[in-house]
Amino acid sequence: MRKDRRMFVQQLGCLSIGFSMLPTTTVLAESFTVAKEIERNLSKESVNAWLEIRENGRVLIYTGKLELGQGIKTAVAQIAAEELNMRLDLIDVQMAETEVTPDEGFTAASMSIESSGMSIRLASATAREILLKMASESLNLSKESLKMEDGNIFGADKKTSLFELLKGQHIEGKVDENVEIKAKTVRKYVGQPVPRSDIEAMVRGQSVFVQDLRFPGMLHARVVHPPKYAAKIIQFDEENSKNWPNLIQLIRKDHFVGVVAEKEFEAIQLAEKIGGQIKWDSGQNMPEQKELKNHLKNLPVEEEVQENKGDVGQSSKTMVSRSFFKPYLMHAANGPSCAVAFFDGTVLHVWSHCQGTYPLRRTLANFLEMPEEKVHVKAVPGSGCFGHNGANDVATEAALIALELPNKHIRLQWSREDEHAWEPYGTAMIVDIEASLDTNGRIATWDSHIWSDGHSNRPNSNPNTLLPSRFMNKDYGHHGIGYRGGAWRNAAPYYSVPNLRVTSHMFLGPLRVSSLRSLGTFTNIFAIESVIDDLSEKAGKDPIEFRMEHLDDPRAVECLRKLQDKIKSISVIENEGLGVSFSRYKNETSYCAMAAKVSVERKTGQVKVQKLWAMVDAGETINPDGLKNQTEGGMIQSASWALKEEVKFSSKGITSLNWASYPILRYPEIPEVEVEILDRVEQRPVGAGEASMAPTTAAIVNAIYKATGVRIVSLPVDKELLKA
Amino acid sequence: MVETLTLQVNGKEHTVDINPETPLLYVLRNELQLNGPKFGCGLQQCGACMVLVDGEARPSCRFPVKTAVDSEIRTLAGLIKEDGELHPVQQAFVEEQAAQCGYCLNGMVMSAVSLLEKKQNPTEEEIREALAINICRCGVHSRVIKAVTSAVKKARP
Repeated sequence: MRKDRRMFVQQLGCLSIGFSMLPTTTVLAESFTVAKEIERNLSKESVNAWLEIRENGRVLIYTGKLELGQGIKTAVAQIAAEELNMRLDLIDVQMAETEVTPDEGFTAASMSIESSGMSIRLASATAREILLKMASESLNLSKESLKMEDGNIFGADKKTSLFELLKGQHIEGKVDENVEIKAKTVRKYVGQPVPRSDIEAMVRGQSVFVQDLRFPGMLHARVVHPPKYAAKIIQFDEENSKNWPNLIQLIRKDHFVGVVAEKEFEAIQLAEKIGGQIKWDSGQNMPEQKELKNHLKNLPVEEEVQENKGDVGQSSKTMVSRSFFKPYLMHAANGPSCAVAFFDGTVLHVWSHCQGTYPLRRTLANFLEMPEEKVHVKAVPGSGCFGHNGANDVATEAALIALELPNKHIRLQWSREDEHAWEPYGTAMIVDIEASLDTNGRIATWDSHIWSDGHSNRPNSNPNTLLPSRFMNKDYGHHGIGYRGGAWRNAAPYYSVPNLRVTSHMFLGPLRVSSLRSLGTFTNIFAIESVIDDLSEKAGKDPIEFRMEHLDDPRAVECLRKLQDKIKSISVIENEGLGVSFSRYKNETSYCAMAAKVSVERKTGQVKVQKLWAMVDAGETINPDGLKNQTEGGMIQSASWALKEEVKFSSKGITSLNWASYPILRYPEIPEVEVEILDRVEQRPVGAGEASMAPTTAAIVNAIYKATGVRIVSLPVDKELLKA
Repeated sequence: MVETLTLQVNGKEHTVDINPETPLLYVLRNELQLNGPKFGCGLQQCGACMVLVDGEARPSCRFPVKTAVDSEIRTLAGLIKEDGELHPVQQAFVEEQAAQCGYCLNGMVMSAVSLLEKKQNPTEEEIREALAINICRCGVHSRVIKAVTSAVKKARP
């Protein structure tokens, strides 16, 4: 079955490139395939869903994931390079795009290496075996005598290129789950600190981000969002507004208002002027900020026991009982969300930094009442991510505008206020723990109650997961609590506890929420590791020793032991403290042991995190520098959450609208960070992007306790409590 | 409303027809197609849009283009030599892999270059202070501090 496998590329922008003639650097974001590829099978079992051997001797890897700064593009190239024994500069990576890459859901939950990376590994290794077999037949040499290197196969004095061998065809075959994996033995590319090539593109100011996309005749849009959740327009003189100079189009759909202009600054001014003339009703009521914890505890809940073993009701003389609180937190990417949309009269094209192109397509198609195949979504990197931010929402709004202005590229850039006020936050949480020791100083009982909203409301086909659905007269309903499992992620201690109960109390809170880096793990580990420290003190034990005594997993113990060695020479003076923590993310992926050294200025209560040390075991390491970078970033972001961050609101709506009203940690306050990796080649590689978040805050509050004797149970750290 | 303005950007003269109140950022990005300066907040709070104005790093998001006409503007791309060689600070960012998403990178490079042009041998504290305006959400600060420190060392062997 030999068909022509060329793809047809239609020019929609300033660049047109034939697929098989791609430049050697990367697949350019401005161009994409319009007609479906003739033959490539996108089912995940198929080898050619994941890779393609190209005429110019290069290999193109297809991943359904997006580069979000986590280095996935480099990591998957390393994985393929290893199995194909091919130089990295011969490998290109195509990121998520509907009808081009496999549907891999979302780039989320630290799963890119575990899912996409491992699929690409198996597909590349299978491809290698198929190609070697084909070469053996073609060259009439035994397969064992052949060697594959840099896109060629050599044997005796013969040589063939992979492309010649395929005669322009795809590799036919299914991914072999039992194929030999060279990465476990050879490790020429995998396990090496390969630098990311996109960083050089960034320092050169090349076009990298969705914000950088430019098309001829592209127009700039801005939107007018309501002042508060659920506010509706009660007065708006549209006809009069249409007279503003420079306004190309005013788009009004129920309570959604967008403006389009040729120049970006004109669009900004028009949105301000027109927005200023709209009268809104009073919208949704908000609870008092200072009453938030009580408010949440008094909401109706759905209660469920998640774990129950033994009897947590046993009495003990040595009890610890604490109630922990974590506020609403923002993703707060440095660059607000942005999208470009283009409607060619038939198909809607969207360039987005969304986490999932297929889920966005499905949901967008339902919202716009268009057939799914008439919506095409291409992922282009944006700023930060850290979970479900405004990317899907801005893409939907750009689409609403583009449908009104066919054959024009519409670039919609959210303002800082749009992002801060409307992104779905990480939910506030309360964790109450009661734990006890037996007479031997071992943990006897552990009873934990978690109050939380859902932790994911990503686009799920229902339009109510897209913000603009809330601006329509049609009632799409509330998306509800959404994914609940995030609330009790890491709620059961990884330590041996004979009598354990974990109960969840799910509420529907007042603020819009979805996935934020590490979900409920952050609060659960903050709570667990604080209580473990309290228990170790009551048991008269060193906190690291106490933890190791309650761990059955030798990898966990080794992490802590290595950390113990690392910090044994660290000394503290008055008002300084050294705290430790440990967690295994999701209780089944990356191990992370953490230490923090803090100093507290008792006159002001000011906390300075001086240094953080992390010991990480993420199984087989694909790129140690990438793993370190992710871990360091998590440590610094977590320190910021612990010390600074809280979404503020009032009767006026969200009041954390910029960096002054939502401060985060800045350079003068950044701790020194040190990360050591325990590479375990024999283990499967697991995601690590979220693993350091929770242990960092836990280690910081434990260090504050050592420095001051004050147990921080509510975040962010309240300086008033530390004054003395 | 629209005026014809002449700007000195990256050593070249550019003439643009533009509303003179337009912040320099949008002129650089949209009229001159320069990707370095980024929109981050439009409030001079985050440093994503930093450019060098007569050698001094400053945010461009609220800086009316009409007030830039008598100044020498340099952007990220303008730090690169004609033969493509990177500025030592840019080079150090690559070597230290001092980025994750990289959106804030422009502002940090520009702040650091401005600092090094004023002060040949800054302390770590001075580096941190010079970058205080620059928000980074991914947490690459420690790598950036290393990168700037290494650029300082290379400039003064």
